[in-house]
Amino acid sequence: MTVTAEPRAGSPAAGVAGDARRLVDLVFRVREFGIVAVLALLVLVTASIEPRFLHLTNIQFILVDTTVFALLALGETMVVLTRNVDLSIGSVLGLSAFLSADLFGHHPGIPIPLVFLAGLGIGLACGVAIGFLTVVGQVPSLVVTLAALYVIRGIDVLVVGGGQVVASSLPNAFIEIPKKTLLGIPILAVIVAVVVAAGAYYLRSFRSGRELYAIGSNPDAARLAGIPSGRRVFGAFLVSGAVAGIAGVLYAARYGTIDSTAGSGYELQVIAAVVVGGVAIFGGSGSVVGAAFGALLLQTILSALYVLGVSPFWNQAIAGALLLGAIALDRGISLKLASMLRKRRTHLGA
Amino acid sequence: MAPDLRQRLRDALRWEVGLLFALAAVVVFGVDASSQFLTASNFFYLNLSIGEVAIMALPMTLIIVTGEIDLSVASILGMSSALLGDLYHRGLSMPLAIATVLVVGAVAGAFNGFLVTKIGLPSLAVTIGTLTLYRGIAIIILGPETISTFPTRYTNVGVTPVPHTGGYLSYSIAFFIVLAVVFAIVLHATPVGRSLFVMGANEEAARYAGIRVRRTKFLLFALSGVVCALAGILYTFRLSTAVQDNGLGLELSVVTIVLLGGISIFGGRGTIVGVVLAIAVFAGLQNALLLTNFEQRAMGVVTGGLLLLSVLIPNGSSFVRRARDVLRRRALTQEGAS
Repeated sequence: MTVTAEPRAGSPAAGVAGDARRLVDLVFRVREFGIVAVLALLVLVTASIEPRFLHLTNIQFILVDTTVFALLALGETMVVLTRNVDLSIGSVLGLSAFLSADLFGHHPGIPIPLVFLAGLGIGLACGVAIGFLTVVGQVPSLVVTLAALYVIRGIDVLVVGGGQVVASSLPNAFIEIPKKTLLGIPILAVIVAVVVAAGAYYLRSFRSGRELYAIGSNPDAARLAGIPSGRRVFGAFLVSGAVAGIAGVLYAARYGTIDSTAGSGYELQVIAAVVVGGVAIFGGSGSVVGAAFGALLLQTILSALYVLGVSPFWNQAIAGALLLGAIALDRGISLKLASMLRKRRTHLGA
Repeated sequence: MAPDLRQRLRDALRWEVGLLFALAAVVVFGVDASSQFLTASNFFYLNLSIGEVAIMALPMTLIIVTGEIDLSVASILGMSSALLGDLYHRGLSMPLAIATVLVVGAVAGAFNGFLVTKIGLPSLAVTIGTLTLYRGIAIIILGPETISTFPTRYTNVGVTPVPHTGGYLSYSIAFFIVLAVVFAIVLHATPVGRSLFVMGANEEAARYAGIRVRRTKFLLFALSGVVCALAGILYTFRLSTAVQDNGLGLELSVVTIVLLGGISIFGGRGTIVGVVLAIAVFAGLQNALLLTNFEQRAMGVVTGGLLLLSVLIPNGSSFVRRARDVLRRRALTQEGAS
């Protein structure tokens, strides 16, 4: 939707098309601004009922919890933009969390960056397998990643068995990573914000980034236009896997205790965050910044409910309802937009 | 039309024949794995273990034939189980609780159908959403509670064989057989069934042909809801417990069975016979593996692998066919040129 061709200057259609472009841009800016507005409203209302909500420690907790989801949302956005879906990220995160944290037990004194590299490697391996099956095997990504969700979780169960990694087996420097702050802001949140900004810049300004949008808007047209669709989709799954691998290491640092259920169900929360953040589930439109805000909104809602004393048993239902509400809203917006654009065109007689 | 029909029949038969061989292989594997495999008690256990999944695979078959998907089946099962436990625990009579659960299942399915057909959202996204939502509702209903005070008159339905069947047949599989016959007749011998294939093959053409695509799909999703609620009731009685995570993840088994049965994920192709055979293969394999002390929680590796294979194999054969066509055409043009 955002890849409408640049009209040639001076052609009679340029005015109309430029006009339409502005309208489309405006609508999407409003959509993303809407999330920020909802977030602000939520914080205001919650804080007025329960001022503890704005305590520094609570805000830090929300930010640190958001980092894992914002990272996952970054990878998921890349995949969803190409009109695919990745249901495997929760399992990849779980496998990477256990295997990387387990390294500390087997190799005491292993440097922490090496552990992050291991997590990255595990994620990349999963991403390669999934991308290969989707692109070369021509199997719909839904089927591949649904299978991968359970295959990778099954491997996790076989590897972990009944055991678990406990916080006491992890070095302090590792556990401290999520707790470090810079001017009160968790350093992790700063790093993830930079990563998300880099991702946004890539999708906005790089040729291959724009091509992801083109593929999602119209896969056939993208192929006919000479875009190497297979390679791009493969790349998107690679990023999603890599990011989930890194997120697994962060999960290990954050929670300390890792068994074979780590991260199960995360894929649903991440898809909810991505869609709430304005990424179209049909592909072709949305941004990683929106997705990151979606993740932040979701975590803030969960935290607000907790502070307000609502049972955490409501969390999953709320995530599901938000997901459904967001896709219905986006459908409504795009229908409205299409009819507005049509009306304009007939008015101008183009 | 006639040769086309014959071709399609041959295609379908080939897949089902393949499944028969797979079934034979599973039986050989099972017998080899354990002397228990071919006993009546093990067969009854196998019945119990697959019953609910088999039941849910039937409406899923019709939904996938029309080119849609329903990933919320296991969550509807879980929600029904939680609701049944809660209603009974609150003192509702069992028949009334069962009736309520079935109605709620229908509403849950109809909500999926509403979002897909009236709002026009893709079924994949909708049912990922309701997978989360319905499981969330189950969690809200029961929280950490476990309800296991069901009357034995009902839980017996879950654990005793149907009388006069020699102790082989569970009630869940009896339900399944009746439903499978009905579904097979509807899908393969009625205009409604034909219209489902048309919808899956080409939705636009179906609409122009006067088929009420939206209404039919809506009804299918609602039907899936009722059937999953029934599966939830049977599941609860079999385990004599209602907990919020009953049936968690079973959507994978259901989708795997349907695709293993030769139903195309893109819609428009497949038979109930294939799905029935796939259920036998799947249940037999799972059972044989468990007899070899395979870690049950890791069964996802096997199920997921089967799912991938059942989609990769037809893709592989179509890839080979296309390559052969290209080669043949090239050979013909060369002949023409010389």
